Parts: sequence; C-alpha cells; structure tokens
Amino acid sequence: MKIGVVVFPGSNCDHDALHAAGALAGQEAVALWHDSSDLQGVDAVVIPGGFSFGDYLRTGAIARFSPVVDSLKRFAAQGNPVLGICNGFQILCECGLLPGALMRNAGLRYICKPVHIRVDSTDTPFTQAAVPGQILRVPIAHGEGNYTADAATLAELERDHRIVFRYCTPTGAITAEANPNGSVANIAGICNAGRNVVGLMPHPERASEAMLGSADGFVVFRSLIEALAASPR
Amino acid sequence: MKAFVTVALKKTVLDPQGKAVQAALAKLGHAAIRDVRQGKCFELDLAAGTNPAAARTEVERVAREVLTNPVIEEFSIRWDD
Repeated sequence: MKIGVVVFPGSNCDHDALHAAGALAGQEAVALWHDSSDLQGVDAVVIPGGFSFGDYLRTGAIARFSPVVDSLKRFAAQGNPVLGICNGFQILCECGLLPGALMRNAGLRYICKPVHIRVDSTDTPFTQAAVPGQILRVPIAHGEGNYTADAATLAELERDHRIVFRYCTPTGAITAEANPNGSVANIAGICNAGRNVVGLMPHPERASEAMLGSADGFVVFRSLIEALAASPR
Repeated sequence: MKAFVTVALKKTVLDPQGKAVQAALAKLGHAAIRDVRQGKCFELDLAAGTNPAAARTEVERVAREVLTNPVIEEFSIRWDD
C-alpha cells in the first residue's frame, strides 16, 4: 500500500506521519508537495499537523488554495481514505471536505498535553480496527481546536454517528472537565457523509509506538491498512 | 481607492478574546463598556482607475470567499475613495 503525506510550507508533523505510515505500519509512505496536483498514485492521504502558511488569515485558510487540494477533493469524492490531523483537520474544514470550523481554544491558550479520547464510531477506514468505545491516550497540541458547527450540522453529525472521537475521562466519561478546548459535544474528530474523510485534532501519529509513551494512536494506521487490504483500488 | 474589510466572529459565536479584553477593561474601571468583540481589519488598496462598480463586486467576493469563514465569521466593508 502507498500512503501519501501532504507537505505545506509550515507543516511540521509530516515526518511523524511518514514514520507512522512507513516504518511503523510497514507501508510505502511518500511526501506530496502542496504545489503539485499529482497524488503519485497513492491509496490514502494524510494531511499532517503544523502551521500551514503560518496559519495566517485563519488556520488552514490559505492551504485550501494549494493545487494539491483540488486533487484531494477528487480523490475523496471517489471514496478514497483521507485523514486530517490537527492542522490537517482545520484544512479539511476550510476546504469544505468536512463541515464546521475550529475556533480559538475556549481558554485562549495553546495546549500541548496528553488527553483521552473515545472512539465513538468504528465505521471509518481509520477506526475500523478499534473496539467501539475504545479509549485512546494521545497528545493534543493546538491553539485552535475548539470545534463548532451550526445546530443543523451538529444534529446531522449525531444522527449519522459521524462524531468519530470525543474527549473523555480516562474511564471514558464525556464530561466538561475532560474537554480541553471547549469543543461542542466534546468533539475531537468527525467524518464526512461518505465516512472516508476523517479529521481529528489529537495526534495519533505521535502516540504510535511504546517508546513515545503510548501506542494507542497506532490503531488509526492499523485500521487504514486493514481497510485498504479489504478493498484494493 | 481603498476598502477596509472588518471581519469578526458572528454575534451568535462566543468570542473568548473579546470577553478577556472586556474583563480587563472592567478591572481598569471602565464599567460602562459592557461587551467587547475582537476581530481583524484588512486594508485593500485598489489600483488607480479601477472601475468602482467592478471593484465593489470584487472586494465583496474576496471578503465573502477568502477573508471570512462563513461558519463562524461575518464581515463589513467601508470604502475610502
């Protein structure tokens, strides 16, 4: 399997994602420069974390005009797996592949710490290997992770079980205390209607091997490999 | 000709930055200031001789499609001829 990791000026988790998809997951992992619309025949795409274009204007707002994003939209429309992590999630919201927006954290501070998230949908290519309700300990590192959407969108996300990850306590309870950034309904990650595009603020790639303190996040990459093996292009 | 585009969070969206500024002002004794909304302003300088009607259309489009995220923000435009 070939997994592409998009690189924008200002991406800084691209090598973490390449390492997780390549060395750890044992797949061919290639970097995709934002200025090219050539996806190099990859089977899945990861948009990594960082500060694309310095996060100027709004997080992800300038990245969405890069040539690679038009290719990504076609790639996603064909049902192929696309994962946005942190700034990648913000870019997916800005370019319209995912609904809603990510605002400044309610506490106004940049937060970098491990949190717990609960897998609330295993019906995506990035969570299918997880157990429903599985609790993952993964880090967050963001200043703008406060997810919001209008009431109709939220109702649709809930109804269709498109809230994939929620911030929770270590035992899986969804509480205000477990919510680090003020996200509505403790939302840490969602998917599109086709379920092949997933975005989340926490960093599974930074918690994909025991040496890093937690390997909980690797289930995201293990899920992807299983999903691709089950339905080759 | 210049256009000043002001972008701010919608009234229905909580603005924690504005709240923090308002709280600081209250501490300084400015009790009359009950609410603060914080946004950003873009100063767009248009080439001399640009058709005013075309400029208005173009700036409005840029404000709507690029400078603002319609999920959470709204904008207003002020012209300086």
